Amino acid sequence: MMDMIETKRLRPDDLPEQEFLLPGNRSCAGCSMSLYYRMALKALGKKTIITVPASCLTVLHGLYHKTSVKMNVVHTTFETTAASASGIVAALEAKGLGDEITVCGFAGDGGTSDIGIQGLSGAAERNTNFIYACYDNEMYSNTGTQRSGQTPYMAYTTTTPHGKLEHKKNMPMIMHAHGIPYIATSCSSYPQDVYAKFKKAKLFTGTRYIHTLIPCPPGWGFPTDQSIEMGRLAVKSGIFPLFEIIDGKMFLSPESERCLDPSKRLKVEEYLKLQGRFKHIQPEHIEYYQEYVDNHWNFINQFL
Amino acid sequence: MELKHESNSQATRGRHVEILTGNHAASHAARMARVDVVSAYPITPQSPVVEKISEFIASGEMSARMIRVESEQSAMASCISASITGARVFTATSANGLAYMNEQLAWAAGTRLPLVMCVVTRALAAPWSVWTDHQDAISQRDTGWMQVFCEDNQEIYDTVLEAYKVAENDNIFLPIMVCFDGYILSHTTMPVELLSQNEVDTFLPSFNSHLKLHEKIDEPVGVNPVTLPDPREGFPGYMEFRYRLQKTIEKAIDVFEDIERDFASLSGRNHGGVVRGYKMEDADIAIVGMGSASSQAKKAIPHLREQGIKAGVLTIRLFRPFPKARIREALKNVKQVVVFDRDVAYGLEGAISAELKSALYNRKHQPHVQGFIVGLGGRDFKTEHVIHGTKMAMEYAEKNEVPDETKWLGVDK
Repeated sequence: MMDMIETKRLRPDDLPEQEFLLPGNRSCAGCSMSLYYRMALKALGKKTIITVPASCLTVLHGLYHKTSVKMNVVHTTFETTAASASGIVAALEAKGLGDEITVCGFAGDGGTSDIGIQGLSGAAERNTNFIYACYDNEMYSNTGTQRSGQTPYMAYTTTTPHGKLEHKKNMPMIMHAHGIPYIATSCSSYPQDVYAKFKKAKLFTGTRYIHTLIPCPPGWGFPTDQSIEMGRLAVKSGIFPLFEIIDGKMFLSPESERCLDPSKRLKVEEYLKLQGRFKHIQPEHIEYYQEYVDNHWNFINQFL
Repeated sequence: MELKHESNSQATRGRHVEILTGNHAASHAARMARVDVVSAYPITPQSPVVEKISEFIASGEMSARMIRVESEQSAMASCISASITGARVFTATSANGLAYMNEQLAWAAGTRLPLVMCVVTRALAAPWSVWTDHQDAISQRDTGWMQVFCEDNQEIYDTVLEAYKVAENDNIFLPIMVCFDGYILSHTTMPVELLSQNEVDTFLPSFNSHLKLHEKIDEPVGVNPVTLPDPREGFPGYMEFRYRLQKTIEKAIDVFEDIERDFASLSGRNHGGVVRGYKMEDADIAIVGMGSASSQAKKAIPHLREQGIKAGVLTIRLFRPFPKARIREALKNVKQVVVFDRDVAYGLEGAISAELKSALYNRKHQPHVQGFIVGLGGRDFKTEHVIHGTKMAMEYAEKNEVPDETKWLGVDK
């Protein structure tokens, strides 16, 4: 399987020219979700039905009767991305089109790990034949940046004015526990990697899960021209490791390989200090944060 | 319960009678409607509907895809998206399961999807009760779904088939609940005549969805985007969509009656359309109810008539849309109406009672209306309650009294 699906490092001109996300949409200035979504749709291709819950992506899709997305989309309620996808898949299978059309649900971090986790877990347990894509901007950005289960330790949100006291919920490993055939993490700052992982996910049958970090300028408090840099720092510091889990086995993505060596990890402070949401953070928090990231890598090492 | 119907004398080949519970009558109807997708979650007393369908699929008698979801919310959400993708869909639930679907019910109606769902009516907790009343279905009356209430197992089978035909009508495209009383019908066996598959296929051709996403790959569509308060560039705003929903559901009364006529000429069985009268021809007093409440009221009629009280029963079969004009027509000669509600619109009174009054208000003929709350959470609603209530109502009418407080029968106060 690995031989068949090994993808070479892509250059931008390797990507298909066809665009499904049209220029000019309603996302915020500097929103890295647009870039991510553009890559994901290129990889999914025309024969796809998307389902999207209430989220930033609903806003990107536009207001009736105009849309920025040239692909079939079924908008659904906040918690029902995976259930909606299950319905589309069942209808396609009933029509004998289960293998012809890809079904992909795109939900935010709240829609995935909080309100939508029951439906996602159910769909994954049934090994429903679809791709579930979580775009993680680490808060309820669409409703004005409230705390979510994916908000990191000490981050300011409008509902954690002194910073969140808990860590991110580890969604990829929760999905790993479901025994599904393909899991990947990616980050919008590495668009070719996003493309390659969606492309690879398409090769599998059953539930596939891709969790992507999406830096959010207004929510995180950084200038709109720093979205790419912010994602890169999250990866280079080891805060957000990029990997794939294929048929139960974990593979670190090249971007994260250097993090295996603790001395090559960028200090978390270099990442935290650039964001308004961490401006209240104290030295002891930074120390604890670094320890948490280092421990997390020990955890990851067990799977390699 | 008596069998209301005699088989058509020219019974068509392929029909047969089975002894079925109400739940299994519904399962057979779903099988014969050739649904494409079933998505459901277990809840008492609905579960046997879905268990039987699982057996049909396992034995190859039915070719539907079945999604054994992890909640009712997901059941309805997956039904919605399957219907958007062009599938004929079936589900069933009860009580808290229905309440858990609430958000999805509004979504289904707003999306104008012809879903059919059996609601095996059960009291809404708390406290826990698994027994019947109509509170679950009544609580969902404002979601934009049509709602039919059945009185026997033959009617359940027939109504599920009619429900698809109404919901999928080109002028309707709205979801519909086929409601029947938990245990009283769901777990009670009765003879049910099943039509031949040929007859069902003729009555109910395969579903021709207006959406069919899988055929729109080259000209993709977005279903249910954010919609503004006002129309723009000739496209409707939110309120225009909701106006269309209401105008459509109003039309469903005529469509339902037309389809009932078609079904009657096919099957030889007529359930009376949207309302059904019993001994109403010469009645001075109409006793109004739905489902099991109506069946019980019929049992009281001989006793009332023996005592010189000319009472009949008006069964409301279609509760949403509420058939105001048909109800007025049926009540045009009565002096008095007595309503038995197995539900409460809390803070007001019984739902049927309240809605009946609104149907009669501002009209020339305004009979005295007295409602009673009965039979909640499976409490027996007895013939003696019907008789007692009718006599109480007659006393109020005589004194020209219209009490504001609700009247409950068969409850320890």
